[in-house]
Amino acid sequence: MASLSVPATGGRGLRRPTALTGFWSWFTTVDHKKIGLMYGVSSFVFFIVGGIEALLIRAQLASPDGTVLNADQYNQIFTMHGLTMIFLFVMPMSAAFFNYLIPLMIGARDVAFPRINAFSFWAFILGGLFLYSSVFLGGAPNGGWFGYAPNSTTDPTIGMTFYALGLLITGIASSAGAVNLAVTIINMRAPGMSLFRTPVFIWMGLVVQFLLAFSLPIITVGLFELLFDRRWDTAFFDPTRGGDPVLWQHLFWLFGHPEVYILILPAFGIISEIIPVFSRKPLFGYQFVVFSGISIGFIGFGVWAHHMFAVGLGPVANTAFGLSTAIIAIPTGVKIFNWMGTMYRGDLWFATPMLYSVGTIMMFVIGGLSGVTHAIVPSDYQQTDTYYIVAHIHYVLFGGAIFGLFAGMFFWWPKIFGRQLNERAGKWQFWVQIVGFNLAFGPMHVLGLNGMIRREYTYPASLGLTFWNQVSTVGAYLIAVAILMFIVNVVRTQRKPRGLENEDPWDARTIEWMTSCPPPVHNFDEIPTIHSIDEFWHRKYVEDHKTGTLVPVQAGAAPTHADDDGAHGEGHGIHLPSPSFWPLVAASGLPVIAYGVLYSWVVVGAGAFVMLVGFYGWALEPSVAEG
Amino acid sequence: MRATHAPGLRGNDSIERGIVRKKALWFLGLLALLLILAGCAPDATQSPLQPAGSTAEAQKNLFVPVFWTAVAVFVIVEGGIVMIAVKYRRKKGRDRMPPQIHGNTRLEIGWTILPALVLAVVMVPTVGLVWDLARAPAPDALHVTVKGYQWWWGFEYTDQDMATSYDKALEVADVLVVPAGREIYLSLEANGGLIVNDDPYKADYQVIHSFWAPRLFGKQDVVPGRTNHILFSADEPGIYTGQCAEFCGLQHGRMKFRIQVLSAADWDAWVANQKLGGADPTDPLATKGMELFMNPLSDGRGACIACHAIGGTDAGGIAAPNLTHFGADTHSCFAGCNWDVSDVDALNAWLQDPNAVKLGAKMPNYQLSSDEIDALVAYLTSLK
Repeated sequence: MASLSVPATGGRGLRRPTALTGFWSWFTTVDHKKIGLMYGVSSFVFFIVGGIEALLIRAQLASPDGTVLNADQYNQIFTMHGLTMIFLFVMPMSAAFFNYLIPLMIGARDVAFPRINAFSFWAFILGGLFLYSSVFLGGAPNGGWFGYAPNSTTDPTIGMTFYALGLLITGIASSAGAVNLAVTIINMRAPGMSLFRTPVFIWMGLVVQFLLAFSLPIITVGLFELLFDRRWDTAFFDPTRGGDPVLWQHLFWLFGHPEVYILILPAFGIISEIIPVFSRKPLFGYQFVVFSGISIGFIGFGVWAHHMFAVGLGPVANTAFGLSTAIIAIPTGVKIFNWMGTMYRGDLWFATPMLYSVGTIMMFVIGGLSGVTHAIVPSDYQQTDTYYIVAHIHYVLFGGAIFGLFAGMFFWWPKIFGRQLNERAGKWQFWVQIVGFNLAFGPMHVLGLNGMIRREYTYPASLGLTFWNQVSTVGAYLIAVAILMFIVNVVRTQRKPRGLENEDPWDARTIEWMTSCPPPVHNFDEIPTIHSIDEFWHRKYVEDHKTGTLVPVQAGAAPTHADDDGAHGEGHGIHLPSPSFWPLVAASGLPVIAYGVLYSWVVVGAGAFVMLVGFYGWALEPSVAEG
Repeated sequence: MRATHAPGLRGNDSIERGIVRKKALWFLGLLALLLILAGCAPDATQSPLQPAGSTAEAQKNLFVPVFWTAVAVFVIVEGGIVMIAVKYRRKKGRDRMPPQIHGNTRLEIGWTILPALVLAVVMVPTVGLVWDLARAPAPDALHVTVKGYQWWWGFEYTDQDMATSYDKALEVADVLVVPAGREIYLSLEANGGLIVNDDPYKADYQVIHSFWAPRLFGKQDVVPGRTNHILFSADEPGIYTGQCAEFCGLQHGRMKFRIQVLSAADWDAWVANQKLGGADPTDPLATKGMELFMNPLSDGRGACIACHAIGGTDAGGIAAPNLTHFGADTHSCFAGCNWDVSDVDALNAWLQDPNAVKLGAKMPNYQLSSDEIDALVAYLTSLK
């Protein structure tokens, strides 16, 4: 470790930061674990904000002709709720898991481009803060998370300009992160870890990074056109001047549908790791799960117009996209059955991570089945834009993605913090959450099928929708109770001294559990050599391939650290990238440019200058400080 | 053998098991209950599951079997998960290392193909109905152009036999009136952008709406620059509610309409009456109201006729609801169909300050005195 703390001069008048601990080290860190933690904490804060917005929505809809919010406030709040949960919580929380775990699970010391990683994080958090600053600068975005033009281009408030600029900034964060993590997975695996020996979580991570890399450019085009229409009066989406409103929908959903898989596949990866551990069995049909994930990635680009069945694309397009939508249900179904196959005849231990994982499957099945009913095009004419869709999106993204993320938090908490969340509190949280969840979103199916449209700020008593709205509101507040229980659990756990009785509390299978909890800065003293899927498991147990039974490993019977090719010697001589100011400097230019676009070219110039200085300093700085 | 586990984490296995089993059953029961209740919300007045015409009927007939197929899959999959969870949960005192099954290719191919077959079967009638709903209208279909504004609906009858006695097309707002049993062919057009104002909050914009009357037909979007169509018929006379389903700005939630379905005889009478222009009132208060309506208001407060039209009079505005037969029995609601025309208090409140009752409404506050409001209400409701 000595090599890491030698002071070095960054040149250009700024001394290169060297601290690896303490408050300021967080601003200059390039360590994937610290960046992962910052992603996790900041996205969880956004989760709380988005949740409060959800509670306001439910308070408003708890009674007919509600007066908690007026139309203007309601439109801003439901828009910010969607943007926050999707772009500022589920995506960055998935990024938190990917950042923290990918290097650990593939036996790398860091990601491929540590400073780009830091840049991604700072761009994300600054983009999120920029978006929320709109609240104080004339009103938040109010056109829905998919901001249909021309409503989004003509709306007289400033909100949708913030929407375009804010999403462009977070898009830059995600694009940079996607390239970084994809390169990491492809190039930096431990010796012996072929792609087909990587954990399924890594596979899902890889698919997600490719989805991001290919889908973000599409929405970037759309957002720039939206921005130009709003700010400089171009006519991309204005039919009276030769534009086309439907163009926005194609651009948005060609991004937006892959985005759905960007949101759900990380959770699928997480539970594909957890279920085998708590079943004490290997994942049933590893190849099937991997290839179904890859095919979801491909087919995900071919279903976008099922968001647009009522737009009037004609019977040919509606037929084609109805069929492709039905097709994508198949690989998704395969995964469900494979998880069931993994649990079948297992030794199921229902600790909190397993409860959340099984909850994820069960809730996602409901969302998947309601999704299939959307592929029934003429029936979708009745369902689209109603609460039936709101129910569907929450069953897949809350019941699927967010339950999966909670599974991951409980599972990896000991690994990350060296402390274990209280199991009893975790189980209570799970049951309160899943009951609250079904009370909140189950009735929305009923509401939608009874003609309640989405995004209406109030409804009259005469429509007979009151009772189920009340049930839904009760459920939403129950979810809030569950989240409060989680926060209390976290606070109480983190107050305890660090230390686990057992550094492998779950009897885990993958190599991130082969290092200490929490891992050292350099992750592994010695990089393990990989001989099979579930390497760690096979170092603990030997499988009799004839009978399929396991016996604990005998000394010398299975690969051990002695066989590892990695650098030996307690981490000495390991050169890790050094901390740097420049990613933060470069990223902080982005919101400045964005404010400039809103208010003044001078500010644009100032922001561009800051970015340029950041990149200049970055380019001239060696990745590892000399010492 | 199991030394890898910290004892503290596994101490309360049996309690845990009981909790899991009970809660799993309770939870499944709750879900089943929700599913069963899904069909029955007895008060619902706007449910596509209570179709009142051929299009909604066909859409429901497609949804229902798919729904029950989904329920069957739900029961099999969720039931399977719960059974596996209960049967193979870890039992206290039993130290078991399960068989290490890595997969079963035949089984996996099977559960890839089976759902594919189910979906293929489901898609056959789906595609059939997609094309059927896109068919050309019958020769005797009634043609109506639906116009979406921020935030109300206008309806223009374009058939030749619907020509009026004055020089403009027959147009109504908020309530679409159609005959029972006859095929109706709607052409959907986004409108708006007609109110120009230096203040962007007071102008209106041409945006996407979606036209939806759940008991009669599924929705179609109303897209600027395009014309979409809906084909439907209504079985029985009655009033069917609907509303805009695509977010269209501030008052999307209050952009509603009604479809009044009339018997053949009532329809003929309605058409005959609607072909006439707005009648001059005889009542003195209503006459005063007409004067107010037709002339600029005092003190430069503006004029009703800048935006509103009344057939057969000088009022020819096109930016706001056509008021020719505002007081007709069929015209039961106003201002995005949120209030009843019979509700005089609502009419008064609206004329006093439209923005106070519908934030962002494009009709300005004309600072009308209560006398003026009384006169205007008397005139408008006299337009039978």
